[in-house]
Amino acid sequence: MTYWQDVWDRWQFLWEDRGDGVTYFQWMISAWGYTVAVAATSLVIALVFGILIGTLRTISGHRVISAFAAAWVELFRNIPILVQLFIWFFVISELVPGMKSLPGFVLACCALGFFTSARIAEQIRAGIQALPAGQRNAGLAVGFTQFQTYRYVILPQTFRIIIPPLTSEAMNIVKNSSVAFAVSIPELISFAMQTQEETSRGIEVYLAATLLYALTALIVNQVMSFLERRTRIPGLTPQAQGAH
Amino acid sequence: MIEMKSVSKWYGATQVLNDCSVKINKGEVVVVCGPSGSGKSTLIKTINALEPIQKGEIWVDGIAVHDRATNLPKMRSRVGMVFQHFELFPHLSVADNLTIAQVKVLGRRKDEAKKRGLQMLERVGLIEHQHKFPGQLSGGQQQRVAIARALSMDPIIMLFDEPTSALDPEMVGEVLDVMVGLASEGMTMMVVTHEMGFARKVSNRVIFMDVGGRILEDTTKDEFFGNIEDRQPRTREFLNKILQY
Ligand SMILES: Nc1ncnc2c1ncn2[C@@H]1O[C@H](COP(=O)(O)OP(=O)(O)OP(=O)(O)O)[C@@H](O)[C@H]1O
Ligand SMILES: [Mg+2]
Repeated sequence: MTYWQDVWDRWQFLWEDRGDGVTYFQWMISAWGYTVAVAATSLVIALVFGILIGTLRTISGHRVISAFAAAWVELFRNIPILVQLFIWFFVISELVPGMKSLPGFVLACCALGFFTSARIAEQIRAGIQALPAGQRNAGLAVGFTQFQTYRYVILPQTFRIIIPPLTSEAMNIVKNSSVAFAVSIPELISFAMQTQEETSRGIEVYLAATLLYALTALIVNQVMSFLERRTRIPGLTPQAQGAH
Repeated sequence: MIEMKSVSKWYGATQVLNDCSVKINKGEVVVVCGPSGSGKSTLIKTINALEPIQKGEIWVDGIAVHDRATNLPKMRSRVGMVFQHFELFPHLSVADNLTIAQVKVLGRRKDEAKKRGLQMLERVGLIEHQHKFPGQLSGGQQQRVAIARALSMDPIIMLFDEPTSALDPEMVGEVLDVMVGLASEGMTMMVVTHEMGFARKVSNRVIFMDVGGRILEDTTKDEFFGNIEDRQPRTREFLNKILQY
């Protein structure tokens, strides 16, 4: 009885005022919001550039374009995310005019988004190359331009193939968003570290942060499997989607 | 209607088309046969520029296919093509397979395109399958939808690359029936096939290609099947092989 009383008491710090009218609980929720916002914004950036670059990598006969796309992937995939984050903050924002005034949030999302775009580009490329070559010919044969062939024939099938790897990419982006604490974005890890310092409730704080990460991952998972069900093609088994 | 003049093509150092010249007039049905690897698919794909050529000229209805400046999508939209593996768009319903290019390429209105598509679906005998997806159809049905998809574009010529060779034997007939119907209505057709029964029944001419991408024979059907002793040795050998059983 006293044991559980003790456990209960240890969590009471959550309702304490930090001194500025905000309780630790409110702060935690707002930190979680930052984590989700950083991850979601980064994911949008990663998808836009990943799809573009991955598609460009499969266009044949344009040396400059494929070299550019290949360089993009190698550059953003092979430099550690933390290093990329610092480069955006301390190099790009200093050197590129106009970037100085951008909020840290945007820079962090750029860093995380571009890093992940390289990985998504590779998945898009692999997905496109997994499609039967005849599909491209069939698209061109009905009179589609190369762009239309991608838009109406190749990419819709590719997206379905890459939902599973995209799921893990979306999870990764949630996890990787924790590096944003290094540039003072008030997200979950930054909350946890500061609260730990102020309250000495390390166990509870990190337990709570872990639970919120797990909850986020669960939601991502559910959303993606909903998407997978919604876009399933009738008559094709899940394994054969696209690779018929 | 179609004219290939001394067309040659190489993959790296290997020549896959060797000085091929073919002329197809309006309303003609030309069958192309020959051993595997002789370049039949390559030949037929050069006509709608799915395969580029390095030498020679290709003219489709007065359009220079070999010319870099030619608007290829526009030219292709007037040339129907049917593939060995059907190549329907698996993520689209049968009805959408039939209409998407009409709308996006020809700029037809949706209802207009749908009407034309369903007419063609009716014609290949599959109107009741319009809401299904390709994966829910048999091979023979998929190939008939593929033919209907090409016909919906109101092509001036139809190209077929081994349209029945991926099909189970009991489905070959239903696809050939559709093709015979097309031929008898005067559609200009070029058909790569080993179905000699089809060639005998509806073709005007038969082209025989041999390894190395050379056109060995280009004769009328009657001549081709009339006296097998008059054929080139390679053609005889090939015919004996495929007619053996
Ligand atoms: N992308 C390619 N790269 C290199 N060689 C190729 C390529 N595509 C085809 N070939 C070669 O070109 C030659 C002609 O091929 P093609 O597919 O036109 O023959 P085919 O007569 O249609 O044969 P099949 O009856 O097996 O369909 C073959 O020797 C083939 O190996
Ligand atoms: Mg072939």
